[in-house]
Amino acid sequence: MTTSRPTLLMMPALAWLIGLMVVPCGLVLALAFFQRGIYGGVDYTFTLENFAKVVDPLYAGIFLNSARIAGTATLIAVVIGYAAAYAIASCRRSLQPVLLFFAVLPFWSNYLIRTYAWIVLLNREGLVTQMLRWFGYTGEPPSMLYTEGAVIAGLVYNYLPFVILACYAPLSRLNPELAEASRDLGGSAFTTFRRIILPLTMPGIAAGAVFVFVLSIGNFVTPALLGGGRFQMIGNLVYDQFLTANDWPFGAALAAALIAIMMLLLLVQGYASDRASTRSAPVREDA
Amino acid sequence: MKNTNSRRAAPAILLGLTLAALASTASAANLVISNWDGYMAPDAMEAFKAATGNTGEVVKHATNEEIMGKLIASGGKGYDVVFVSSPFAEVLNKMGLAETIDASKIPNLANLYPEATKLAYDPGNTFSVPYTWGTTGLCYRSDLLKAEPTSWNDLLKPSDDVKGKTTMLATDRWLLAAGQLADGFSVNETDPAKMEQVKNTLIDAKKTLLAYDDTTFYSKLVSGEAVLVQAWDGWCNYGIGENADIKYVIPKEGSDLWLDTMVVLKASENKDAAFEFINFMLDAKNHAWAAENILYKVPNKAAMDSLPAELSTTYPNMAMPVDELTKYEVLRDVGEAQREYSRIVSEIKAAQ
Repeated sequence: MTTSRPTLLMMPALAWLIGLMVVPCGLVLALAFFQRGIYGGVDYTFTLENFAKVVDPLYAGIFLNSARIAGTATLIAVVIGYAAAYAIASCRRSLQPVLLFFAVLPFWSNYLIRTYAWIVLLNREGLVTQMLRWFGYTGEPPSMLYTEGAVIAGLVYNYLPFVILACYAPLSRLNPELAEASRDLGGSAFTTFRRIILPLTMPGIAAGAVFVFVLSIGNFVTPALLGGGRFQMIGNLVYDQFLTANDWPFGAALAAALIAIMMLLLLVQGYASDRASTRSAPVREDA
Repeated sequence: MKNTNSRRAAPAILLGLTLAALASTASAANLVISNWDGYMAPDAMEAFKAATGNTGEVVKHATNEEIMGKLIASGGKGYDVVFVSSPFAEVLNKMGLAETIDASKIPNLANLYPEATKLAYDPGNTFSVPYTWGTTGLCYRSDLLKAEPTSWNDLLKPSDDVKGKTTMLATDRWLLAAGQLADGFSVNETDPAKMEQVKNTLIDAKKTLLAYDDTTFYSKLVSGEAVLVQAWDGWCNYGIGENADIKYVIPKEGSDLWLDTMVVLKASENKDAAFEFINFMLDAKNHAWAAENILYKVPNKAAMDSLPAELSTTYPNMAMPVDELTKYEVLRDVGEAQREYSRIVSEIKAAQ
């Protein structure tokens, strides 16, 4: 039997994908079609009740609220991240790897520790309050921790490097002659940015934004720690179904819905970046 | 989470697993006990081996729900003794997973307070043996509050200077109990109209909370981030240990009586050794360890009598008389209504 080399080389990755991605997701989906036992566990009777429950206003509301929080975090991360990537790409070539290194440096420490650091910063007797006092502030300490703002700050902080990296790639590859040509033809700096640079780097923005959104909407650690349990996101709801309510089938239905939303977004992003790359000729006629 | 170089660590892990497998086949009665982290003396299993010749390993669970999930999935196989709170012990019994306690093999049951053997969730200790017990009340900074709290409503409808400086427990039964007691209902209330009222009480209370907190509320009191929190008496003691201005009170509407219990599983293949283990834990000296180190009251008269007097001077709730303790209602399994409880808690946590 002869197996071609590409097929052979694909095997480990394929096994990984099937064993650790396709099969578990299939199991989650299958579980969602069964009933919960009275005391937890799974009663293997077919039902669609769990999916009906997902669209119940209570749970659908939690989905929408998660999407709103994740969307806000995404917007902020894209604005900050794009600006940072633009600044890095404008620096001396030799300096750029160093700056990128600093941008991803926080990834070297554990996610939980990075999130706990925000508790130390934001709590009522925390570093921010102490700094304010040092500058002469005497009023009631501000309430920053356990707010929606704290949750969003935590998400933005943790996922910002993804946006920087995703936006840096197209920005650094951008041919400087394109911008020069635009200016030679009388385009202002803003027009050049809006009509030349932004469209050409859109795939990077889209990739970064989808990363932040997908990772944020399913996140449960940040809302639990920085939201003080007062902000229920869909990840927390899934966590609760599996680990406290012991309603695995409903948790599975929620997880399946979440996975479906994520896949849809990744498909849209993949399609958009595909279209952009086939059209990204140096001169765009419709621009 | 530990971060190891997995490629290099793999052979070592394999070797470790092989050795562990060899070791476990070597002795006959090797108990598997599941308990909360730090809930028994670190050297308890060595002492147990020295006393009885049986070995055992302690695996840890973080919550009742976690171990229940595992037990239900495995039909109770893989464990000999588990530590769970009383409503979960009831569930194990109803599911037929709990072994009947053979009192003749546990002579130290005589150390228990008579009251502890008559509790509503398991009269006569037929399927469980209580390990610790206590109340849930208000833990507060007496130096930062204008008046001592006396009612659950001091927490649920706080005065303006306390708003934003309170926490409540996040675990469903205790979160609901605060509302149930404040509204004058049983901590096992299931009537839909009454639970709707409890839900609204708790949604209103949520708007005034700093956070829901099951694990660090006492340190928030110590730092002053919070001034009034819902707390288990034993955990309030951890705050009292760090700051003597922290005090504990049971509100006038009452408390639940919570119990953490030991249950032997029907699927256990080492039941005699499991009973020996429970007997060992009920020994006055061993049981006193829990009271002295985790600062929970234990339902063991001999153990409580042996405690140094200073302990109850520092932690007054350790000296709570048993008849006062047992007048409170025990949390019971509410069966089907648990689903409604879960939904209400989701609604409260999702409320804006």
